[in-house]
This record gives sequence, structure tokens and C-alpha cells, in this order.
Amino acid sequence: MSRIQATFDALKQQNRRALIPFFTAGDPHPSLTVPLMHAMVVAGADVIELGVPFSDPMADGPTIQRASERALKQGMSLRGVLNLVSEFRQQDNRTPVVLMGYGNPIEAMGWDAFAQRCAEVGVDGVLTVDFPPEESHDAFEHLQRHGIDPIFLLAPTTEDARVEQVAKLARGYVYYVSLKGVTGAGNLDLSAIEQKLPQLRKHIKLPIGVGFGIRDAVTAQAVAKLCDGVVVGSRIVQEIENSNDATVIANVSALVNELRLAINQA
Amino acid sequence: MYNYPDSTGHFGQFGGIYMAETLIPAVEELRVQYLRYQNDPEFKAEFAYELKHYVGRPSPIYHAKNWSDRLGGAQIYLKREDLNHTGAHKINNAIGQALLAKRMGKKRVIAETGAGMHGVATATVAARFGMECIVYMGAEDIQRQSPNVFRMKLLGATVVPVESGSKTLKDACNEAIRDWVTNVESTFYIFGTAAGPHPYPMMVRDFQCVIGNEAKIQMPEMIGRQPDAVIACVGGGSNAIGLFHPYIEEKDVQIIGVEAGGYGIASGQHAAPLTSNSKVGVLHGNRVNLMQDENGQITETHSISAGLDYPGVGPEHCWLKEIGRAQYVAINDDEAMQAFHDLCRFEGIIPALESSHALAHAAKIAPGMSKDKVLLVNLSGRGDKDINTVARLSGIAL
Repeated sequence: MSRIQATFDALKQQNRRALIPFFTAGDPHPSLTVPLMHAMVVAGADVIELGVPFSDPMADGPTIQRASERALKQGMSLRGVLNLVSEFRQQDNRTPVVLMGYGNPIEAMGWDAFAQRCAEVGVDGVLTVDFPPEESHDAFEHLQRHGIDPIFLLAPTTEDARVEQVAKLARGYVYYVSLKGVTGAGNLDLSAIEQKLPQLRKHIKLPIGVGFGIRDAVTAQAVAKLCDGVVVGSRIVQEIENSNDATVIANVSALVNELRLAINQA
Repeated sequence: MYNYPDSTGHFGQFGGIYMAETLIPAVEELRVQYLRYQNDPEFKAEFAYELKHYVGRPSPIYHAKNWSDRLGGAQIYLKREDLNHTGAHKINNAIGQALLAKRMGKKRVIAETGAGMHGVATATVAARFGMECIVYMGAEDIQRQSPNVFRMKLLGATVVPVESGSKTLKDACNEAIRDWVTNVESTFYIFGTAAGPHPYPMMVRDFQCVIGNEAKIQMPEMIGRQPDAVIACVGGGSNAIGLFHPYIEEKDVQIIGVEAGGYGIASGQHAAPLTSNSKVGVLHGNRVNLMQDENGQITETHSISAGLDYPGVGPEHCWLKEIGRAQYVAINDDEAMQAFHDLCRFEGIIPALESSHALAHAAKIAPGMSKDKVLLVNLSGRGDKDINTVARLSGIAL
């Protein structure tokens, strides 16, 4: 059984929701990425989404754009991210790690080589923001051959027929983008999420995580009531941005812990 | 029979719809609506009317005889897109998309712009059809194309400076896409070049094909035959594909696209993904040849011309290169500047720096050809917007 499935199965038995923090690998510095991952697990993260920095992050708001720029300036690359996951796995063989980013760095490495390396270092899922199912056939064959889950996005604009199509291809969990906009946007509409999720669940039998626009414990708790997992990205990246090397681990741990406690009460 | 793209928007391995999920239904709606209207007699009649009475088409073809005589070889003819309303070919496409936006009930249009010509064209049609208009423009391009920024504002558009990345055209595209994903229901994205997700490369090409379709009628009227070669500058490549596409089946006509060589291909400081054989990759919704480093990060480009300063190129150009139907070359900044000055002095025409790249290539090959050969160059825009750049390079304060 995959780490992602095992994690969601265990959560379900305990009637709990997953907390899925996102941050950009290499931000603020590659040497802090693995310590941040471990600290998040201790503070209550169930799955970690690790952002692969890209020069042109079209789906991201200013906060994650800046994180990408900082990481690239530190020399972060896709191969570097994979090495960091390998380092993480030396101490943690249980927590699922999902890489999230854009397709071109993977294209440059080659999907087969990438998928093979993912399997070697212990990556569990891959989410490429700009690769919809229509363009993903070859890419996801490579991922599946190496046992890596392709994670798909669904959006408020996604119609029923497409949900059905994604349901056939998706593995691990499905990531519902809670709003029309970029990451870190402020226009979260809880009642719209509440209306949309039953429509998704008609076709999606996998766990559904919800992200984009979840900025504090209150919104995390409200969203957690509606789904199987809560993804928090920009808020965590903002905490990293506002900290220094000495305080970043403690500050991010405190934030993740606060989110954990809020979600537990959902 | 050349018939591309296929129904899923691919030109061989190139093209496609590489977009975030939120925008997939929007590009699908656009595809459906475009297919519905492209052969609709009323739509076609309105488009033709606007091109004739508002843009001033057909644009003439002019024999640049003085310059040809000086070069001493092939005769150079110019397709005068610089004489269009707003001063470039961009208006052809902006009108087509605005007419579609109107039929789709979209009241708000957005655009990216590099040199500012597409921004001006979009601001113009937005004023013409009563739409709100937001134009995203790199902060660096705002500096080097300030006359166009003021033109857009006069026309009622909001110009948003983009400070991220290299602060040029690609970053303006990123920001326009971010706007679209946020305002997807109210907004029509008037994309400026024959690139991006399907159906844009096909739709922009179709709207720009008026250039080549006119030329195919005009050249036989002027010289009794088609030219030996058609030449156009290529950034994203919309003026070029508009001239080239109607000539694809004319096998005796050579097709030459001219990319921005910047400081030279060997310097790495250029914007010539085809000439430099850049690896195939994915950016801004399509799979194309793309300037990138070994880690798949998009590299910063350089060109004297803001309109060509882009790391990718439209998918149909990648395809025409791959199947060998078109040839792609690069012209450096200094060669383009020379052609710019020559056309000013010998023909009394101030060309855009973008178009000057195509002119420079014609000037390069004409002397080696006999005098009965004919080169048709797309003079895609006028150079009024570039006078600040040219003055600065010449050490003159305006």
C-alpha cells in the first residue's frame, strides 16, 4: 500500500482530516528544507507538499512567486529537490511527500528519469499544475510504472464530465482548488466549496484535499469540516518569509501546530 | 494538403493546452465559440467591414526600389502593415478577438504586451467596442516603449507594470494569465501572438492570414507572379504566420522567419529559440522550442526589440521548421539597426525595430541574388514607438 493511501486510511479510521502543508523547496535555503519538513511532521503534518521552484509560476500569487525566486537564487533545481527528499527519507519513511510544480523542469529532466528517481528517493505523488489530463498520457504512464501517484487539480470551473475523466486517472488524492484565482488569494467562499464537493464525490472515490486561500486556523477548521484534507501553502510560505534562519523552524512549527489543533476540532 | 493543427490543437509534437485546471473550461469554451463563428457569414462580414473601414485594409505592397538598387541584387517589396490603423499588424487579430468577445458577452478584456503594439491595438478595440481594458506590460518594456504606454492610457486602458522575473513580455504573459484565472467568467483574454493554449495559435493565425491572402492577390498584380521568398520577423510569430500560412502550399515560394539574434547566437544573449535549436519545452500553455537552462528554468532573453524579446515561439513555426517548409535565421541588434536607418534614409519609411530584423535579412541575402528575384518582406509595424530607443543608442537626448 502506498504511503498516501496508508495515511488517509489511518486518518479515516480515527475520523480525522489530513493537514497538508506546502512550502517551496530551497526557501529560504536548501539546508533548512529537510529540518522544516521534519518539524512540520512533529507539529502535526500528515502529508508534505514540496514546491519545485520554477522561473515562471503562472498559477501562483506574489508570496509563492517570491519563494520560487529565493529558492532559484540559492541554486535549487528539480534534481536538488529530489536529493532533499532522499535526505528526508533517512529519518522519515512514513510521511507521504508530494512534489508540486510546473511541467517544464520535469520535461527537461525527462519523465522516465524523473519518475525513476522519484521512486528511488521516496516521492509518493507528483502534481504538475500546467499539465491537464489531456496532455498527460505519456507523463503519467511513466509515473505509474514507477508507482508514483499522479495528483490532479479540480477547480470551481470544472464541469461534471471532466470530473469523471479525472476520477479515472487520479491516484492518491485529488486536490480541489477552492477558488478562481492564484495561490494565496483572499476570496475564499466556503458555501461555494460546500456546494461543489458533493458533485465531486459522485465520481471521486479518493480522498479530496482542498487548498488555495486558506490563511488561518479559522478558515482551516471551516474547510476541514467539508473535506478529507486541508492544504495550506501561501500562509506557511509567508511565515518562512517573515522569519530569519534562527526563528524559522520554531515559527513554522507553531503555525502548523495551530492549524493542526484547529483541524482536529473540525 | 497541409491541415494543422489537429482537433486537439497539436502541430505534430507542438502546441496543445498546457494550462491550469481552472482555465481549461475557459479555453474549451473559446475553442467551441471560435469554431462556431469562424465560418459564420455575419461574423466574417463584420470582421471584413472593420478591417476595411476601421483598419484601412488592404494594406499596400510597396517596391523599395531605391534600397534594392543600392543593394544591387534581388528586388525588395514591402507589405505595408505599418500603414494599418494603430501602426502594426496587431490590430487585425485584436479586432477578430474583440468581435468574438462581444458575441461571448464578455465586457472586460485583458492583454499582455511587449513593444506595446498589441496593447495599443487591444486598447483601441476596447474603446471601439465599449469594453473595459487592462494591459499587462513588463516594467522594463514600459521604460523603453513609453510613447505606447501613453497611447494606451489615452485610449482608456489601465496599464499594469509587471515587476516580476525579467520584467518583459514573458512576465507580462504570466501576469495576464493570473488575472484571467481570477476573473475567468467576466474576462476575455485577447492574446497577442500565435502561441499559447489551443485555440489561440490557430485563431490568431486565421485572423492574421489577411496579410498573406492579400499579398497573394497583390503580387501577381504588381509583378505577374508570386515572390521568390516571403520574409518576416518572428517573436511569438503572429505577423510571420499571417504572411506565411497562405504560402505554405506555394512550393516555389521560400519561407524565411527572422528571429532576434541580440548580441549574437554565440553570446547566449538573444531571443532566437529556433535558430539556436533550443530544447522543446512547455510554457504559457503550449509545447514549443523554448530557451531554458539544463534544469528547465526559462532563461532571460535579450533583444533590442521589445516585441521579439520572448524565450518561446508559436507552435506552428516550430512545426514548419521541423517539416522543413520554413527556414529560420537570426539577425543581431546591430544588423537590425542598420536596416532601420537604411529604410529611413533611402525609402522615407521609419520601420519598427521588430520589422527591421526581417528587413536586415532581406538586405543580407538580396546582393547575392539576381535582379529579377523578388523578396516580399512583411513590414509589420512602424517605428515611431522606437525613436526613444534609437536616440538612446545613438547617444542623443530627446
